[in-house]
Amino acid sequence: MIPELGHFALILALCVSLVQGVLPVFGAQNGRREWIVLARPAAQIAFLLMLASFAALAWSFYVNDFSVQYVAAHSNSQLPTLFRFGAVWGGHEGSLLLWVFMLSGWTVAVAQFSRTLDDAMVARVLGVLGLVTTGLLLFILFTSNPFDRLLPAAENGRDLNPLLQDPGLIFHPPMLYMGYVGFAVAFAFAISALLSGRLDAAWARWSRPWTTAAWVFLTLGIALGSWWAYYELGWGGWWFWDPVENASFMPWLLGTALLHSLAVTEKRGSFKSWTVLLAIGAFSLSLLGTFLVRSGVLTSVHAFATDPRRGIFILVLLLLVVGSSLALFAWRAPKVALGGTFALVSRESLMLVGNVLLVVACASVLLGTLYPLLIDALKLGKISVGPPYFNAVFVPLMAPVLFLLAAVPLAKWKNADAKDIALRMWIPAGLAIVAAILVPRVMGGWTVMTAVGVALSVWIASSGVIQVARRLKAGFPPASFWGMHLGHFGIAVFVFGVTMVGGFQEEQDVRMEPGDTVLVGGYNFKMIGVKDVTGPNYSAARGEFEVTHGGGAPNILYPEKRNYFSSTMPMTEAAIDAGFTRDVYVSLGEPLEGKAWAVRVYFKPFVDWIWGGCLLMALGGLFAVTDRRYRMGLKSAAASAGALQGAQP
Amino acid sequence: MKRWKKRAAIIGGGLVAVGIAAALVLNALNSNIALYVTPSDVFAGKAPKSQAFRIGGLVKEGSLRRDNLTVHFVITDMAQDIPVAYTGILPDLFKEGKGAVVQVKQASGGEYVATEVLAKHDENYMPPEAKDALDKAQKMKGASAP
Repeated sequence: MIPELGHFALILALCVSLVQGVLPVFGAQNGRREWIVLARPAAQIAFLLMLASFAALAWSFYVNDFSVQYVAAHSNSQLPTLFRFGAVWGGHEGSLLLWVFMLSGWTVAVAQFSRTLDDAMVARVLGVLGLVTTGLLLFILFTSNPFDRLLPAAENGRDLNPLLQDPGLIFHPPMLYMGYVGFAVAFAFAISALLSGRLDAAWARWSRPWTTAAWVFLTLGIALGSWWAYYELGWGGWWFWDPVENASFMPWLLGTALLHSLAVTEKRGSFKSWTVLLAIGAFSLSLLGTFLVRSGVLTSVHAFATDPRRGIFILVLLLLVVGSSLALFAWRAPKVALGGTFALVSRESLMLVGNVLLVVACASVLLGTLYPLLIDALKLGKISVGPPYFNAVFVPLMAPVLFLLAAVPLAKWKNADAKDIALRMWIPAGLAIVAAILVPRVMGGWTVMTAVGVALSVWIASSGVIQVARRLKAGFPPASFWGMHLGHFGIAVFVFGVTMVGGFQEEQDVRMEPGDTVLVGGYNFKMIGVKDVTGPNYSAARGEFEVTHGGGAPNILYPEKRNYFSSTMPMTEAAIDAGFTRDVYVSLGEPLEGKAWAVRVYFKPFVDWIWGGCLLMALGGLFAVTDRRYRMGLKSAAASAGALQGAQP
Repeated sequence: MKRWKKRAAIIGGGLVAVGIAAALVLNALNSNIALYVTPSDVFAGKAPKSQAFRIGGLVKEGSLRRDNLTVHFVITDMAQDIPVAYTGILPDLFKEGKGAVVQVKQASGGEYVATEVLAKHDENYMPPEAKDALDKAQKMKGASAP
């Protein structure tokens, strides 16, 4: 009964979204008041219906209703309750339901926190969001209904993929989706601005906190995914340029460009058309990401079993969104007035350079991701594009961006003095050079790459600290100032971590018997032995390793090799001793003859700085969102993001 | 500065950026692409000579043999068998009778040396390349049989 109610709520939500998507937009264009006012209540009802639908699916998981096909495929009566909840979005159908549920959450947040915006604009924004919701609901109902029944009901479920049985799963997809879906709001604002022909500073100011909030979620989502791959999947790395990772990274790159472009549009009225294009691009790439992950066209570690109908449906939806918004842009953009002018050296021009580089970097990632598909579609053979491609293209494109971002806050709007900026950057420059010479040597070997990485990181961090110190003399700066510098500082920390791991990590696959020792990165690993243990829904071989460094006290690590009862697939649980300046990492390979095991041992200097940097970036975004000026006159567009965060599971 | 000069500088700068990016992309693509080939292709000598390539297929039942950290196995498309050696730890989902994709550089002593063995998330999932290789071999057999 409950699943049918959920299904019914989903169908009702489709009807309401359709009304929300059509009538208010026409009302706003033709000035029909009675249609305009429909937008808010429709958004609220659609949200409640989606909530009901999502709750129905969660309930089916909670009570182990294996007569629901989706539950039977992704849960098991032995699965701990917490993971049963995470399993709601552990598969295709549920994760799409989550996608749309979140979209309706963002929509209702816009409806709630837009009291000061004029009704016609609200009607357009909510209308565009309604149309996007309609498209995705059609997709769910026609190709991936999570409420399909299984008759007769299964005895027990097939269980959640053991890889996904981890707290990481509970947070990674929702965070990522919050980011993906959040760009729909920026998209809706851009389309509404095009529809109304009012592309002005007020629009940019409105759009900014929403975009930043979405960006924060996306940053956290990507970082969580990377961290999860590192510690749970035992892959030992933090980024693989896997197509699915790229699918989440491309909207991030464009979103980052959009954030900065919006800032220029708000402050100076420039870059209007560019900003609109970025907003369209960021959301389109979010949809493309969903298409790539869900269609199975890609060879990827994330490629779960798939259905080609789904891919075609999303592709059509994607083409509709991109096509109609670009057509609207071509039709309307010439009417949009140009913004303020600026000199060749000015904050605008520097931001533009950074923006263009981010977009070019995004395009190169897109090319590398789609190239194998293209070649395959043209019947030229099957190929794969490896991580070296992405490193070779992406790193040189990002280096100038990193170099610029330290100096841009010093440049004046409209017309800046290059000499003045240079004069104020000599301390960071000196520190960067000294660090570039010393740090790699201390870590064990100077190379150009590590020197450049360290230099850029110190350059950004030290110039940020100096700028903050100078600004403090003139009084306490607003939250957005702190947000910017915290975000940039996060980049510096991130770059430092990446450089250290890239340059100085050590890895060894070795054969070990009890009593054997191996020395990696100055750490001595001694194998004590391997024992059999039993968990709630698995049995495991658990290794015991004693790790010592210098004369310090030994640290015991317990890597595991698990066999889940409901699955024939073994799972590696790496044991990681995490530290501020390094991680040491042991994972069990396979048993060899006798008591010997194949063992993988890692030493990863400063690896946690990678995720720490991402956290700082996200925190910076959060600060920027809470800036008071967004609340003046328009109450709390910003707080909405916080409220939403609390409200979502 | 005159307006047109500024425009020219901006457009010129943009073109230079795109040009550099294009050069980077082409250069990187050239040296970092691995072609997928089937075991039958490898047997027929159609594998690239100087570049790394990937073989998709099934890990033949009973072919897995360990020699300390080095693992020897056979990748097959049910028509041809290609012996492969890999040193290191195999992914969890690597199993006899299941699909696998290996990246290899060259042969030594009749065996192809794998630099990478790819694993998937799902035990029931077959890598598309492995499936492709099997389908092709199946077709060839169908074509040669009367």
